Amino acid sequence: MATRASGRTVGGLRSLSLQAPAVTLLLIWMLVPLGMTLWFSFQRYNLLMPGMGGFAGLENYRYLLTDPALWSSMGTTLILVGSVLAISVIGGTLLAVLYQQDFFGRGVARVLAISPFFIMPTVSALVWKNMMMHPSNGVLAWFNGLFGLPAIDWFSSYPLLSIIIIVSWQWLPFALLILLTAMQSLDDDQVEAARMDGAGPVAIFFFITLPHLKRAISVVIMIQMIFLLTIFAEIFVTTSGGPGLATTNLAYLIYIRALLEFDVGGASAGGVIAIILANIVAIFLVRMVAKNLED
Amino acid sequence: MNNASTQRRVGLAILAWTITCLIFFPIFWMILTGFKTEAQAVASPTLFFTPTLESYVEVQGRADYFKFAWNSVYVSVGSTLLALLIGIPAAYSMAFLPTKRTKGTLLWMLSTKMLPPVGVLVPIYLIFRDLGLLDTRTGLTFVYTLMNLPIVVWMLYTFFKDLPKDILEASRMDGASTLQEVLLLLIPLTLPGIASTGLLSVILSWNEAFWSLNLTSSSAAPLTAYIASFSSPEGLFWAKLSAASTMAIAPILIFGWLTQKQMVRGLTFGAVK
Repeated sequence: MATRASGRTVGGLRSLSLQAPAVTLLLIWMLVPLGMTLWFSFQRYNLLMPGMGGFAGLENYRYLLTDPALWSSMGTTLILVGSVLAISVIGGTLLAVLYQQDFFGRGVARVLAISPFFIMPTVSALVWKNMMMHPSNGVLAWFNGLFGLPAIDWFSSYPLLSIIIIVSWQWLPFALLILLTAMQSLDDDQVEAARMDGAGPVAIFFFITLPHLKRAISVVIMIQMIFLLTIFAEIFVTTSGGPGLATTNLAYLIYIRALLEFDVGGASAGGVIAIILANIVAIFLVRMVAKNLED
Repeated sequence: MNNASTQRRVGLAILAWTITCLIFFPIFWMILTGFKTEAQAVASPTLFFTPTLESYVEVQGRADYFKFAWNSVYVSVGSTLLALLIGIPAAYSMAFLPTKRTKGTLLWMLSTKMLPPVGVLVPIYLIFRDLGLLDTRTGLTFVYTLMNLPIVVWMLYTFFKDLPKDILEASRMDGASTLQEVLLLLIPLTLPGIASTGLLSVILSWNEAFWSLNLTSSSAAPLTAYIASFSSPEGLFWAKLSAASTMAIAPILIFGWLTQKQMVRGLTFGAVK
């Protein structure tokens, strides 16, 4: 009894020392910047005005919450996240069903279709902005020309839609990749039995495939949400948040406040809001992963 | 009956391949444009032209492409090796010496990954400025190590757990130390898993574009930041942009194709297998 107890303590100690570097580093990486962001958010702190420091109380928050730019950027964030999620999840599910069918060259087609997810965001954004969407020399303008239609100046006429298209192009393949994997565990016998009973492809999709994919879909939604909440590079290289504030999301607004206007206090208050938003999503995701860890 | 099913299959193949070509088209077009001259690149789109390596040569000659490529290799490989070095012992202890806290620790690590980078941009920028780490490869390597550490630990943990426990126990009976156990048994036995974990970490670091754009300017700028410099409106160099982009994505595209299955495990924290 005694030896077992001490054995467990030794094991516990060993386990602790092996985990210590990883845990300590992550703890510092999380707590120090988080604490600083929180601290700065209550400070009057602008790098351009070094003499103006001091405790600001809720002033940064009051200023931020009454700033129309914040609400417009929250709206943009919502539209961006919502549209990309809808496009990538619905499109990804339908495509997963399609790529699950047996057709000539399926393996190659799958690999090509998931490729956009592996492209670095600055490349995707610039290829779309220049070679696809350029109003005079882009492929889309050329395509419109074939039908005698006027070319569209995507980034001035539909700036947010353009960003949504680019980001969806990157994330739909992610949904496809995850959902195709989840598809592999679909029970073929069950599908076959349903077909024998006279279920059509639509019924099979809604009553067998979709319920089977439910969990994978929710994982995709949550993971994408966390990344989409802070889309940055795509906006940085294409519109720089403009025209006006048309494509400024929360992440880009914080960037403007911090590194272009040097308003550390205001940017930090924005950062706190971003963290709270991400955490609301994160709680659900962590719960789901935890449940999965049990079985 | 047979005829109808053949028709259906041909229709399906046509539909699937049309969609595939549409999705892949921008990448295909970019690769193609890289072999054009600047004049051809902005001319009316065509599939037929005399390919030239001019843009590839110029990208290296004028813009010193390999400097940025080396920065990318340095930070992504460096951060991956560091993350593996720190992650392997942690994952080992979680998989083979689990305590009551293990599950909580794993979930907590996962949750640090969900902190939006923009939320801590200000403090990290200021700390980096004060420590002289702005625009250094060391600084970026460090950020990427911590950024990927939770995924690395998580993935290694799932691979280690798949290993039969008896094997390690037998070696422990034979008097092997922890270090011997890890180096001589665990690592060789789970090498494919460790390799795909490493590849995922390399891919994520290579494509990372928030910290690289904000923390580097020139001397430590990786390819993500270098490509971003093509966004300046004064010069539209599509052929050079395409050539540089093609070189920048080629290795990662191949890694991605090779590891897609294991990647799903890492990206969804084992929630989708």
